[in-house]
Amino acid sequence: MPINASDEDPEKARRFREAALPYLNDVYTLARYLLRSADDAEDAVQECYLRAFRHFDGYRGPAMKPWLFAILRNVCRAEYARRAATSTSAIEDVPESAEQAPLWHESEETPEAQLQRRWDADTLRRLVAALAEPFRETFVLREIQNLSYREIAEVAEVPVGTVMSRLARARAMLRSAWLAEEEQQR
Amino acid sequence: MTCDEAEILLHALIDGELDAGHAREVENHVADCPRCAAALRDYREMSKAIAEAGAGYTAPAALRQRIEAALPQPRQTTSRRAVLRGFAMGSAVSALAATGLVAIVLRNDDVERIQLEVVSAHLRSLQAGHLTDVISTDQHTVKPWFNGKLDVAPPVIDLTAQGFTLIGGRLDYVDARAIGAVVYRRRQHVINLFVSQTSSTERRAAKTDTIQGFNIRRWSDRGLTYWAVSDLAKDELADFGEKFESAMRAPG
Repeated sequence: MPINASDEDPEKARRFREAALPYLNDVYTLARYLLRSADDAEDAVQECYLRAFRHFDGYRGPAMKPWLFAILRNVCRAEYARRAATSTSAIEDVPESAEQAPLWHESEETPEAQLQRRWDADTLRRLVAALAEPFRETFVLREIQNLSYREIAEVAEVPVGTVMSRLARARAMLRSAWLAEEEQQR
Repeated sequence: MTCDEAEILLHALIDGELDAGHAREVENHVADCPRCAAALRDYREMSKAIAEAGAGYTAPAALRQRIEAALPQPRQTTSRRAVLRGFAMGSAVSALAATGLVAIVLRNDDVERIQLEVVSAHLRSLQAGHLTDVISTDQHTVKPWFNGKLDVAPPVIDLTAQGFTLIGGRLDYVDARAIGAVVYRRRQHVINLFVSQTSSTERRAAKTDTIQGFNIRRWSDRGLTYWAVSDLAKDELADFGEKFESAMRAPG
């Protein structure tokens, strides 16, 4: 649905530009990680900004960045539903029960395992993108977007305790993937 | 504290989310537990590696333009029409002269609007965490960072020896276009040097204006327009502009 360009208050558009456009790279980054597709991410970000503009009149907080993220997340959820309807493979690749699984038992076998290497940005992006939802989302919001636990909880609509356990799990998963990558490149 | 508890809480410790009492408990546990200590060290290392490598993405310029195009444009038609109406009523002014004058009026309008945008971009950059996308005092790091992000990468010149320290670069957004900003510091003052492409290659001498308390010095040379913005005094900003231009003309 196109927004009405002629009757809108240009002052509102100016304020919106100044407040929201500086976060375009952040919103796009989150979309890339949530959707794992450059084209879908572009569409979702555009839709996110148009929705944000429509709701900008009622915007009183939280901070602009988490507000945009919450809108983006809703846009992405619609995209997940569309994908689920058109394909047999589910997007949510981890069942709910996985959240309760014990943490990094993998390192029980290799207690002295230690990261030896650093990766370039592309490898890091690939490792992070390979994390299963909802751990990937939590991880990106914390490690790449620098949101506080409380902000992540608001964006993801879960209690702070869940943010903490998801983040613990996400980091444990990434650590395993990191070590596996080192093994592979040896 | 048990390992099970520490496994969760050490993340909050890394992220600075723990109160002092709990932080001490986790630290005490980690001091006696090699396994949790190894985890803490690796997780810290991962966070640092991600922060330093930069795992974010840059939005494509086309996406920016599509969003921009979908938003209501700032209304300049009002002032344009007002100007035209003014001329239409003044019968002594010929149509031809009116056209020329309108062009001049509009161009000045444009400059003013862009200068306001440049000041807004400068102000945004001073908010926490927005100053630089790439932090480096080395021009050979900042310059290649822009390549591929912009049609025209801005020239990056180290002026540290001349009293203006290069601190990094940033992608910004002025006049509905992605634009490169090279960031310098002099004492506690930040200078944003915005660089955009222009259709004319002729050199235009520097002019300085003051907008909202900031000084803006703009000049054009070899197809690029420069806007240096800072709260520095006019003479110091002029000094910066002159040193930049003379460094640009220097061979090599």
